[in-house]
Amino acid sequence: MEGSSYQIDLGNLMAYDPNHHFQSIPSSRGELANHCLEKGTEMVQAIANSLFSLPSTESRDGPVVKLPLPTTKLPREKHLPKPKPPTKWEEFAKMKGIKKRKKNKRVWDEQTSSWKRTHGYDRANDDRDIPILDAKSTDEVGVDPFAKRSAEKKERVKKQEKNRLENLKKAAKAGALPSHIQLAATALPITGTKKDVPKKASKDELESVAGMAATSTASGGKFDKKLPGEKPPKHSGKHRKFLPVVEGKGIGSKEKQQTEKILNQLLSKSSHEILDVNKAVTMFNVKKEKQRKKDKDANPGKSGKLKPNKKSFKKTSTKKKP
Amino acid sequence: MQIRAPKTKRAKRELDKRAPKLVENVKKTLILHGTKTSAVLNSVLTELYHLKRDNAVKFSKKNENIKPFESGGETSLEFFSHKTDCSLFAFGSHSKKRPNNLVLGRTYDHHIYDLVEVGVENFKSIESFEYDKKLAPKIGSKPLFAFIGEEFESVDELKHLKVVLLDFFRGEVVENLNLTGVDRVFVCTALSSKTILLMHCALRLKKSGTSIPRMELVEVGPSMDLVVRRHRLPSESLLKEAMKTPDHAKKIKNVTSDVIKGKTGRIYIPDQKVGDMPLSNNIKGLKRERREAKQNKESKKRKTESE
Repeated sequence: MEGSSYQIDLGNLMAYDPNHHFQSIPSSRGELANHCLEKGTEMVQAIANSLFSLPSTESRDGPVVKLPLPTTKLPREKHLPKPKPPTKWEEFAKMKGIKKRKKNKRVWDEQTSSWKRTHGYDRANDDRDIPILDAKSTDEVGVDPFAKRSAEKKERVKKQEKNRLENLKKAAKAGALPSHIQLAATALPITGTKKDVPKKASKDELESVAGMAATSTASGGKFDKKLPGEKPPKHSGKHRKFLPVVEGKGIGSKEKQQTEKILNQLLSKSSHEILDVNKAVTMFNVKKEKQRKKDKDANPGKSGKLKPNKKSFKKTSTKKKP
Repeated sequence: MQIRAPKTKRAKRELDKRAPKLVENVKKTLILHGTKTSAVLNSVLTELYHLKRDNAVKFSKKNENIKPFESGGETSLEFFSHKTDCSLFAFGSHSKKRPNNLVLGRTYDHHIYDLVEVGVENFKSIESFEYDKKLAPKIGSKPLFAFIGEEFESVDELKHLKVVLLDFFRGEVVENLNLTGVDRVFVCTALSSKTILLMHCALRLKKSGTSIPRMELVEVGPSMDLVVRRHRLPSESLLKEAMKTPDHAKKIKNVTSDVIKGKTGRIYIPDQKVGDMPLSNNIKGLKRERREAKQNKESKKRKTESE
């Protein structure tokens, strides 16, 4: 049955027969299976024919062939990696023409006269191992040069961290952040206030809020069904705050405050003699303005302020006597 | 902003394994089930796991809130796909309306790419087949595929199912293949416009006269009828993005680099047609008035011609 030609994709080791269709599906399962196996065998043979005729190399496990690229395109699993934008140093190096130089893992250390590693524990030419520093003319009196050196180193390290963060931010903007690094926000965003940052409720907060809400029930939350893991409420039952019975001599300050507050509220509402000075002044001014407007409307010509000056400009008596 | 980097080299290596790469890792499969499963479906899922032992993850708990075809029900799936780094999944569920339901899906960047929902019928498990145990295919060997039926080309659902099955069982894409290691084949026959018969067989290579051995198929593995119920193709933009191949370095023509000369290029100039070139009227040999007169005459002539 060499008539039908199969579409063979060697890269995927796949064969497809586009010309087959069942006129009538065989009634029994066994017959169907056999039919399929027969057709399958033919197609597998066809794949094997092309597979075994590929040039093969001998390896210790057997003949190895080089497969061509698969023809059926299948979708990728993840997106294509995006190219990293050059870092600030890389741009500078490109501009200046600086090329990378290979560093050795071990360097000769003058102080101990031995080979030490360049980076890491017990490294060569370590900044901290210098025992004596020569005093320079630019040094101030009373300044510890060793402390100054370590402070400078700290500054350099901080600057480098800042630059590294800037480079990573640039890469993240381009979508090319290295896969093992994550950038986490620690501060507030530029716009908005503290209110806009959604505050994550802490565990203790949630516990106390649940308890507080329970007190609004008729029985004060005593018979509420407890969720698994919920602790019993700390201050169970409704309660009011009572002032201490004895507080100093005579009437205590808290009781004084309480009574004062209540008295003020009562008196301000019912008193007729109490005058609100500001309100009275405003009322008076408003009344005055209204009156003035009314007068203006009644006699439009005679505006009180803008009247012409009646002084004459004729030169009469003021004659200069020679 | 704070930089969060892994503290151990091992953690860094693990994260780098999951990073997007030019040449990708083998696609891992996530096998899980929903609230209710039948006995048939359970064995289907376990056998699928056995077929893909090295790169599959099987969850044993039931997942209530996963509904792949609904818009909200796929968040859990995407989360699991991200955590286990699996880009293929097989979700089994059983209900009265959809008995023995199996949803085969693929993800792109840990978001749902496409889905095919099939019903499993006439399932025969691996235990029910009797064969010489020496022929059993080894775990991780690259399978052959045989798709039979014109419906795989004409019907949309089966076309989709074909690529999904290929993706599921393909395994690693290799350049060099050891010929003694081919020992399994998946035979898919289209029975109607909605049903296919999937069989898994072991290969026996027999001596023939020529260097090409004779193939013999022995049915070993699970065999089942898959009835396509629903399917969702990927959106156009997602399809385009997922099918992008890395750019091969463009070959620049006519540029060669030489050790002595450096970078050299060839420029091709077309032939000058000396006869057809118009002569200029700015003849420096003539005296000025004559030259200018000639120039004006020519320009006048051109003006009248253009009018």
